[in-house]
Formats: sequence, C-alpha cells, structure tokens
Amino acid sequence: MTSVITVPPSLDDQSFEQVVEQLAAVPADAKLLVDARHTRWASPYGLTALLTLGQTRQERPTLAVPEAEETAGYWARAGFFKHAEELFELNGSVPRARAGESSVLLEITPVVKSEDVHEVVGRIQQQAQKILTTELHYDPKATVGFAMTLSEICQNIIEHAGRGGWVGVQAYTYRKRLGKRVVVVAVCDAGRGFRQSLESAPGRVLDDRWDDGKALEDAVVRGVSRFRDPGRGQGIAGVRRFISRWDAKLSVRSGTARIALIPSWDEDVPLQENLAPFPGAQVQVTLAERVSGGPR
Amino acid sequence: MMIHIDVSSVLRQTLSCELYSNLVTRPTGAAVRTQIEALLDDERDRSLTVIDFSHVGMIDFSCADEVVAKLLLRSVAEERAVREVYFLFRGVTDDHWDSIESVLERHGLALVMETDDGCRVVGTVNDRERRAWQTVYDLGRAVPADVAPAIGTPQDDAARVLDGLHRRRLLMRLEDGYVAVGGLSDRRA
Repeated sequence: MTSVITVPPSLDDQSFEQVVEQLAAVPADAKLLVDARHTRWASPYGLTALLTLGQTRQERPTLAVPEAEETAGYWARAGFFKHAEELFELNGSVPRARAGESSVLLEITPVVKSEDVHEVVGRIQQQAQKILTTELHYDPKATVGFAMTLSEICQNIIEHAGRGGWVGVQAYTYRKRLGKRVVVVAVCDAGRGFRQSLESAPGRVLDDRWDDGKALEDAVVRGVSRFRDPGRGQGIAGVRRFISRWDAKLSVRSGTARIALIPSWDEDVPLQENLAPFPGAQVQVTLAERVSGGPR
Repeated sequence: MMIHIDVSSVLRQTLSCELYSNLVTRPTGAAVRTQIEALLDDERDRSLTVIDFSHVGMIDFSCADEVVAKLLLRSVAEERAVREVYFLFRGVTDDHWDSIESVLERHGLALVMETDDGCRVVGTVNDRERRAWQTVYDLGRAVPADVAPAIGTPQDDAARVLDGLHRRRLLMRLEDGYVAVGGLSDRRA
C-alpha cells in the first residue's frame, strides 16, 4: 500500500510542517507518494526540505510534480528536478530548465564537501551584492556578511550532518507578512541533527531536560559545539551577529524542535517543541528590504 | 629574516584551483595554515613573516580561526618560545576584519596590522599595552625608560608591559631594546 503525502499549495518553512506531520504517521520503509500536483509556490526552504524528505526514505518515493506550468517551470529553474530525479520517481510533466529572468540567486546546490562551499560562496557573491544593495537597499558591507553567513551555515552540514544536504537562495516579495522584497537562504539536510551531534561530544553530560529544543538552544544561542577546540562555535556566533546587525531572521529546525531569532518585522515563536520528528537540520535565513542601508 | 606569504597563492595551491579567492571553511583554513607552517619550519631562531591578505576576497569565521587564531596561538605557545616567530598582517580590509576581529576576541589575541598609515596593534590589548606598543613603534627602538613616561608608570611596570608584549610576539626583544613588529618593515624602504 502506498501512503500519500499532500504537499500544501504554498510550501515554505511553516507549511512544510504539514508535510512532516503527515510523514510522521508513515513507517520509514513504506511506499510513499508525495503529491505536489496542486502546489503553486515553494520557497527555497520548501524545495530543499522536499529533497531531504526524499533522502530519508528507504524505498524510493514517487513525487507527483506541480501541474501548474509556471510552478513546475520555476522548480526547474531553481534546479530542483535535477536533484529530485535522483531521489524520487517523478510523475507528471517535468519541464526543462530554461535560462532567463529569474529570482533564483543560487539554484539548489548540493553541499557534501568543503569545495562545495567554495563554489556556493563564489557563485553567490556578485548576484547577492546586486540584489542586496539595489533591491533591498542594504549597505554593500552586508554582502560580505551575507556570504560569510551562507558559508558557515553550509559548513554545518559538512561538520555535523554526516551526510550531504542542499542549499538554495532566492529573492521574492514576501506578501504574507511584509509586502516587501526578501532574500531567503535555505540549507537543509537529513543528517544526524543538532541533538545527536552534541551528544557525540566526548564527556558530554546529559541532564533531564536534554532534548532537541535544549540542543538547539545550546548550539544556536550559546554557540556550544561537539568539538572541544575553544575556537569552535564561532561560525554560529558570527551568523547571530549578522542576523542581529541587519535585523534579519534565522530559524533552525532539528528533530522535534525549531528555534528562531526573530527580527522586529516578524512575529514568530522563539522556540517550538514537540513538533513531528524530522531528521537532520533545516536552516533558513531571511533578509528583508530595508528603508535605509545602515545596520540597526 | 623576513618572509612574505601571499595567502591567496597558498589558498590556490591548497585547493589546486585558480578560481577561488575566498578563505572559507575550516578544512580549507587548516590546510592553508599547515602550508604556512611548513614554509616557516625552515626558519630558525627569529623570523618575521608578512601574512598578506591583499588578494583574498573574504574570510569566514571558521577559516579565520584556523588561519589567524591558530597561527598566532602557536607562535606564542610556550613550547615554541625557543623560536621567535612574528607575524605582520598586510592587506586586511573591512571584508576580512569582522571575522578576524571576532577570533582575536574569542582567544584574547592581538596582532600587528599594516595599513596605508603605518602599523597598529589590534585585538585584545589594554590601553596601557596599546600606548606602550605605539611608543616603541614611534621611537623605532625603545627601552623601559623610554616607555614609562608615555604610559604613566614606573620603569619596572613598563618593563613588565614590554615583556608581556614581547611574549605575545607584538614586540621583538633585541640586545639593546625593543622593536615593534612592523617597525622594521616600515623602515625597510
């Protein structure tokens, strides 16, 4: 018997939870159909998280691709299908990726080894500078911080996940909350996640409160690392500084919890616990259009 | 003995790729540092090495920790005290500074940075240490008696401050006094 997972019409970090909730009821070895036929829009988080879903299955799942040409065309331009065809049986009409005007700043790119991060950072810099300064009105200085942030988040996969993941960056208008242009970075993997990574630290003592939420607090807020090297944990500290300086948003989901550093323009929840379980870590950074260019 | 190391060249050799000019990822940083340390292994007794970032696009936090912090930590480590290794950082721009400053703070380190206006000491140094270093740099060569009035302390205290800066490899101790790192290179032309 095949279990059907329905992908919501609009797929982003929030609505991906609906996918995870449906998935929680399905055994890992069950045959799965991921039905995205009626999906009309997806953020980079939605697309990269969907790929990680494919990674988690023991039996190759089927993905029913969006019926809307515009949507499927965008997914192709974002580089989704070329990775999805390695993980899913694709069902439906898969368009060829065509070059042209696109809001994709960085098409979905696998992150497996250190060289991949060099590639990602090298490719994003020029594009990011153009979008951040001209469309989102950021100071040019922010571009370097943006590239550093991207680098550090991607490295999280290499250092901790134990398996490859994906990164995607897109600029779009965030109508739901802001009505402004945003740049969104998503880095998702289905590896061992923050909790398991920290548990592997030598001599780590786990208290009664230890769970995915505590692991995220330790790693994201306190910069705790599984490595004893006192220089570790600086990457995430640097990301936090960048987020704070530019009033950006960071959210990290791992296991059954999600933590968010919330900017002035958003009303998210700082820590969500007891979510449906999903392996690995899913990170999103959102930079919103600014009125003036300087840091806050 | 002065050595010049173009970090960008070391990076390209390390990655075997001409395309990348960014110092990103911890493994890359570790590889670049290892390469730099190998270049320094041939040096004896006392050496001054210019670490040149002029052609480096950006450096992330993890890489700054591996390249800058660990290089400095090893140069001041006790087991290496018999060999005096000094570093002068050149070509550091705003694009590099955030991550370098962050790792210096994290480890309580300081370094000498060469700019268009000369050299200055940056990172974790207190006001007295900064003034002492600047005095030696301005004078070219100095002893505690020269520095004491500038930092407003007795000579004994000035001697301790200078010794501390020497142990942190920010000043060189010669037979007839102290010379600031960068003080020699500044006057080489």
